[in-house]
Amino acid sequence: MKEELTCITCPLGCRLVAERGEDGSLAVSGNRCPRGAAYAREELLAPKRVVTATCRIAPASGTRRDEAAPRRVPVKTSAPFPKERVPELLAEIYRLELALPVARGAVLLADALGSGVDLVATRSVE
Amino acid sequence: MKAGSESFDVVVVGAGVCGANIARRLSQYELDVALVEKEADVSFGVSKANSGIVHGGFHHDRKYLKSRLEVQGAMLFDRLRAELDFPFVRCGILVAAMHEDEMRSVEQLYMRGVDNGAIGIEMCSRERMLELEPKLSPDVVGGLHAPGGGIVEPYRFVFSLVESAQKNGVRLMTGWKLARGQWRGDRWELGSEDGRSLRARWVVNAAGLYADEVSRLLGGEDFAVHGRKGEYYLLDRMTKSRPGKVVFPVPTSLSKGMLIVPTVEGTVLLGPTATSVEDKEDFSTTRDQLDTVLNSARNLIPGISESDVITSFAGIRSFIEEDFYIEVSKRAPGLVQVAGIQSPGLTASPAIGEYVKELLKKAGLRLVEKPGYDPFVPKLPRAKDLGPFELDELVARNPAYGEMVCRCERVTEAEIVEAVRRGHRTLDGVKYFTRAQMGRCQGGFCTYKIIKIIMRETGMGYDEVTKRGPGSRVLKGEL
Amino acid sequence: MRELRYDAVVVGGGAAGMAAALALDSRGKSCAVVDREPSLGGILLQCVHNGFGLIEFDEELTGPEFAERFAARLADSRIATFLGATVLEIAEEGEEKLVFCVSPSLGGLRIRARAVVLAMGCRERNRGNIRIPGTRPAGVYTAGLAQRLVNIEGYVPGKDVVVVGSGDIGLIMARRMSWIGCKVHAAVEILPYPSGLARNIVQCLRDFSIPLYLSHLTTSVYGRDRVEGVEVAPIEDGALQPEKSFRIPCDTVLLSVGLVPENELSKGAGIELNPTTGGPIVDSTLMTSRGGIFACGNVLHVHDLVDYVAEEARRAGLFAADWLEGRRPRKELRVKVGPNLRYVAPGKVDPSRENKLYMRTMIVKNEALFEARLDNAVVKSVKKAHIQPSEMLSLSLGPAELERARPDSMLELSIQ
Repeated sequence: MKEELTCITCPLGCRLVAERGEDGSLAVSGNRCPRGAAYAREELLAPKRVVTATCRIAPASGTRRDEAAPRRVPVKTSAPFPKERVPELLAEIYRLELALPVARGAVLLADALGSGVDLVATRSVE
Repeated sequence: MKAGSESFDVVVVGAGVCGANIARRLSQYELDVALVEKEADVSFGVSKANSGIVHGGFHHDRKYLKSRLEVQGAMLFDRLRAELDFPFVRCGILVAAMHEDEMRSVEQLYMRGVDNGAIGIEMCSRERMLELEPKLSPDVVGGLHAPGGGIVEPYRFVFSLVESAQKNGVRLMTGWKLARGQWRGDRWELGSEDGRSLRARWVVNAAGLYADEVSRLLGGEDFAVHGRKGEYYLLDRMTKSRPGKVVFPVPTSLSKGMLIVPTVEGTVLLGPTATSVEDKEDFSTTRDQLDTVLNSARNLIPGISESDVITSFAGIRSFIEEDFYIEVSKRAPGLVQVAGIQSPGLTASPAIGEYVKELLKKAGLRLVEKPGYDPFVPKLPRAKDLGPFELDELVARNPAYGEMVCRCERVTEAEIVEAVRRGHRTLDGVKYFTRAQMGRCQGGFCTYKIIKIIMRETGMGYDEVTKRGPGSRVLKGEL
Repeated sequence: MRELRYDAVVVGGGAAGMAAALALDSRGKSCAVVDREPSLGGILLQCVHNGFGLIEFDEELTGPEFAERFAARLADSRIATFLGATVLEIAEEGEEKLVFCVSPSLGGLRIRARAVVLAMGCRERNRGNIRIPGTRPAGVYTAGLAQRLVNIEGYVPGKDVVVVGSGDIGLIMARRMSWIGCKVHAAVEILPYPSGLARNIVQCLRDFSIPLYLSHLTTSVYGRDRVEGVEVAPIEDGALQPEKSFRIPCDTVLLSVGLVPENELSKGAGIELNPTTGGPIVDSTLMTSRGGIFACGNVLHVHDLVDYVAEEARRAGLFAADWLEGRRPRKELRVKVGPNLRYVAPGKVDPSRENKLYMRTMIVKNEALFEARLDNAVVKSVKKAHIQPSEMLSLSLGPAELERARPDSMLELSIQ
């Protein structure tokens, strides 16, 4: 089976063609450098993405809603995360409700979904 | 006074520039007056999207009512500005002839202007035209100068009129669309689409594009109000091609042509086109028509560049036939028709207010001067017009004047809050009242701030904030 | 009105403003940063995606992380910051600049300084600028406004989205909207190639099977009160094909059609602008036509990477410090914009020291040759594996290349 993809390792954007052998091996052509082949292998066999999103902030009890108060905390995965499980991870992220303050780098979900990747805050919010 | 009662001496249907002038004029007397408007805010119909010209009194023959009211109306603007604090300048109007043949038409305009009593009107040579307006094309061959003509921000004019009317007791109801009306022998019973009802001795039909429907609902005369769409371009205030005066081409038998308007607020308006439309809600613009606008404008002022365009929009003007139709109905009792208010309707509108008052008086409405009538509305400070020192003093009294919400038009939070408190609760309402979102970024930077202020001031939820009323919700969800 | 005095005032507290201020501070100059928002960081704060900082920090950061690292350096410096303060006007009084600001807490504020660094950034082109006809319903947003609404305010502007343009902000927003559960139906680009990075085409469009219509013009927006769709027509051999137009239903249009340096303050200060970049015309020290007023970052020309913004701004800060110490460029050469380049910033070089020039090409090409010629002799030539208009190019030129320069020499840059 032939698959086409664009290499995004550098701005050249080589158009790669990857062919899967019967034995599961992968033959890559169209790449101008070895990084293209490596990219195609990862992208076809185990694609990963850094996921960024924002999390809800738990409402402060007893106080009136303040329009100036921050409403979301930005977050990211500490490393690329398996692509096919991103929707699952996002659902998890949207379920979170963070109590302030949150410090940049704070781990909000350790070993998210057993991936070995953490979810961390990317901004300090008080 | 029966404030808050549902029974009125006069109900004015339509809070455009005519309805607003009529309501304000009537607010001078001991009368209970209601002004009802189907849209979410006043001036949201024909009155919001037009050229904003106080005409020079030379376009129409005095045999027409519209011509006589134009000349009378134009003269009332100085006093109205002093009372109401809306942007109006008598900057003068030029009609530029680009060919010798056109000078014959210019001559006719001149004679008509003299006949109508237009003050200071003059025929101009090429040199005189270029002296009056150096940005004109050097191809100009001559033209007409009407120094009494001017420019006005039409929605601000309506807002001020309505505010003044309200201050003097007029009840304003927005989102009130007439659905039924029955004459009960001595008064009207009127019902809105959303089930509200009113009683009125007199109904004034100033419903603009929908005056025909209102007349039909009330059993009045059968006429058809047609829509004529005009497309406009707005240029950034930084443009180098802003003229000092309104520039008209030589008119044709069909229209006054596409003009170049240096708006009071510093931007430049180009247009309008003129296309008949079946659908009176069709405010779409088209590339062809807009290109026509640019080409026509460049013909008059060649320096006009499309890179200065910040937005385009369309307005629909109403017309029945050649003239205004302002009469006491001969078919329905207690009804005054104010329909077919085409150009120069804005100019004529203060005189229309006076004229309708006289019609009502002749028809038997008792007019007793109200002792507490106050024609003035307080002037609202606007950061755009202030220097740093004045602004500093203002912030000391109200810190919200230090929060610049709209950077392009320099509108502060205090002004937005004031707009919302005065009832302008949609994004467009805030825009027309304050100019925020009207500048070169077209709301790119300030829209979210305005949404938050509207929510804070009114207690509305995010899902209740609209651009211009029901159906135009801005946000579709919350994370 | 309160009055304060510093050596320099930096207008804008985004990446450019912070980098310029830190450079001034490193040279011992007293310095104030004025920004209208309540936090430092500018537009980076709403760019919660990653991809920032590879050059500056040698790691991949999100926008807020990049901003916070710089803000932390400011907090550790002697730099004064005035937040929530809008600069209204920059005036001159003899050798001094007067920067008028207003803020709710301070009221009017006048800051006197001998140098000013402009770092106000840019704004998005909008519907009016590209003249998309049609109706004017709710639901038309610039991509950046939508980004603000989603990432900071936590609101969903619409559920069914079409992105007009293929700039990076639009692509990033296509992914963001998909990730918050909206359906992105298409991205429509007038040019035959995407404006955004290949990586964003792959990760923001293809990952979500969002079709990209290249060489397609958005001819109309329709819908009375709220957007109901857009009409799109292909461009073939340079000509619009209206008979092949089709409609894409949606309730939201996001515009990602370019950025414009925001120079209204500069114009008010009498600074001359370059019509190509929309930014001030600057000399080899990034100084504008008004002596002592410098410009850097997106207010000078629109950059693609914040790392380049920070780098350029740091140099602007150092040049401003030089100016404060009385140093002026001895001689300068004008840079001529040669074939296939759209602009070069700055437009002048000082042959006696190292210069860093940024430029944008007008063509898409693999294996391109990038050349600098001094009086028609090639003094530097660089091979580029790939160039495209959306990716900024840079070149360093110093005494090694420019030693033969005479006062009337001509330096020309070109791409072949």
